[in-house]
Amino acid sequence: MVKLKVAILGSGNIGTDLMYKIERSEYLTMSVMVGIDPTSDGIQRAKDRGYHTITNGIAGLIACPELFDIVFDATTANAHSAHSEQVLALGKKIVDLTPAAIGPFVVPCANLEKYVAVDNVNMVTCGGQATIPIVYAINQVVDVTYAEIVATVASKSAGPGTRANIDEFTRTTARALEEVGGANKGKAIIILNPAEPPIMMRDTVHVLVNEGGKEEEITKAIEEIVNAVQQYVPGYRMTSAPIFEGQQISVFLEVEGAGDFFPPYSGNLDIMTAAAVQVGNQMAKLQHGTVKSN
Amino acid sequence: MTKQLTVLDVTLRDGSHSMRHAFTEQQVRDVARGLGEAKVKYFEVSHGDGLGGSSLQYGFSKVDELKLIAAAKEECGDSAISVLILPGIGLKEDLKNAVKAGATMARVATHVTEANVAGQHIYLSRELGLKTVGFLMMAHMAPTSVIVEQAKLFESYGAEIIYVTDSAGAMLPHEVKERVAALKSHVACEIGFHAHNNLSLAMANTMAAVEAGATYVDGSLRCLGAGSGNTQTEVMVAVFDRLGYETGIDLYRTIDVANEVVAPFMPRPQEITGSSLMMGYAGVYSSFLLFTQEAAKKYNVDEREILVELGKMKAVGGQEDLIAEIARNIAVVK
Repeated sequence: MVKLKVAILGSGNIGTDLMYKIERSEYLTMSVMVGIDPTSDGIQRAKDRGYHTITNGIAGLIACPELFDIVFDATTANAHSAHSEQVLALGKKIVDLTPAAIGPFVVPCANLEKYVAVDNVNMVTCGGQATIPIVYAINQVVDVTYAEIVATVASKSAGPGTRANIDEFTRTTARALEEVGGANKGKAIIILNPAEPPIMMRDTVHVLVNEGGKEEEITKAIEEIVNAVQQYVPGYRMTSAPIFEGQQISVFLEVEGAGDFFPPYSGNLDIMTAAAVQVGNQMAKLQHGTVKSN
Repeated sequence: MTKQLTVLDVTLRDGSHSMRHAFTEQQVRDVARGLGEAKVKYFEVSHGDGLGGSSLQYGFSKVDELKLIAAAKEECGDSAISVLILPGIGLKEDLKNAVKAGATMARVATHVTEANVAGQHIYLSRELGLKTVGFLMMAHMAPTSVIVEQAKLFESYGAEIIYVTDSAGAMLPHEVKERVAALKSHVACEIGFHAHNNLSLAMANTMAAVEAGATYVDGSLRCLGAGSGNTQTEVMVAVFDRLGYETGIDLYRTIDVANEVVAPFMPRPQEITGSSLMMGYAGVYSSFLLFTQEAAKKYNVDEREILVELGKMKAVGGQEDLIAEIARNIAVVK
């Protein structure tokens, strides 16, 4: 079977973790790491593992179209629009891990099927990847009128980009709770906790639904979607059973990362890269069908 | 020479916790008018958890905070309105809307080690022409050297005043003095102090802060604030008058508004109960109090056990979602 060749744009922590996850993919093959700093740790690691490396950014990548079929953009929102334009012009695909969100929001177990044929998709935020599946699952049973999520992450796993743009995190997550989760109104809160040793990523989902009851059916839907997320993030779990109180439901989650490049407590970073690889896998499967029929 | 001191009243913001975020427009108008008449230069109006805090996590506001700010503005004469905003909860557009409603000071609050999430909000606040404050919460959780480093970040973004905020009411006077004095010698900003009375030290800590060089101090009427509340505004006005500080505030009018306006609507006295004492002792965020009491009742467990567990987990401000879960886990173990 022909695997899709992957270019990772951005040789920082996210890019490096992606590289490790792609190595395990049945449908993707790591090809080239693209950065702007030849001395960066991510470039060194890619080189050591025998991959191509490009250190003059997107220009360098565009000059070598034979090296890739699909790009994972782990740079910044500002840089993404230019990256996207050039990659799409070559007829290739791009998965956006920045908050730029030019393409549609994708959360694998909620709406991936709908957008797998789109050439630029956006991975929302870590808090969104962790919580939207729950809102989506509840909304399949009863109408979710309001969804609010509280993502608590270890200070050490919130990088400078997230910190400088914390409003973008909350705003984007809130919008995706509506667009992908199906809530009439979404709200997101993020809290950074500096405790040592670092805490595991925690996510609490509070929703208001239009009718009380159906506890069994809702619990079952939540459990099923937790299982579905566990297929690509094995450390994703409920820390206790959902709390039902009239028309309010609260769900408590913890995300333990796979420990590829990030330490396991950084479930917030891990769920982003794992979900992105999942999207890449599905795109590859679709493309693979096309390749075969040619 | 008389020493100048600015007293900032937080009844209509920190008090929002005690009121379960249910201030009515009339209550806000009456307090704002009283504070204006008493010549309190600044007072704060927002959801207890700051702009945008209205939520299932912290409690929905009964009346939209923007409406309350606008109502306060109409009543408060020459006094100025401050708003609190916690990056991660409140958005830049919330701040812009608060300014339209009448706010002229923004206090941008982060956990004591996380000042670098506040850059965009501080820049915006300065751009909007607001008096801009960096508010370092849970100051008991970091050593002085870290507080200095975080204060420098706030200063670099453009904060004009930096607060040492004892959100858990856990600090002792010598600790307050050490932190304020260190800030005083390492940053050019004015220094402020915000107390909670969980260990009955709010006034003593506020005095210690002022002696160490703080020029902004927070208080609330009748101590109406989270946990056991804050330094009592009217008491503070009297104490600093005796100490020879110039606050510009009319003591009698302050007592009047506390007695006649605030006392009648208080849901409970701001006494130091066993659980608020434990918050100070264990270093737990003061606004967890009512949530902890509710959870303790619901799951039939000891409030103190929940609070100690929260302290052990090093919970920071905003993590109210931990409370019900901890209570339930304690109940299950039993």
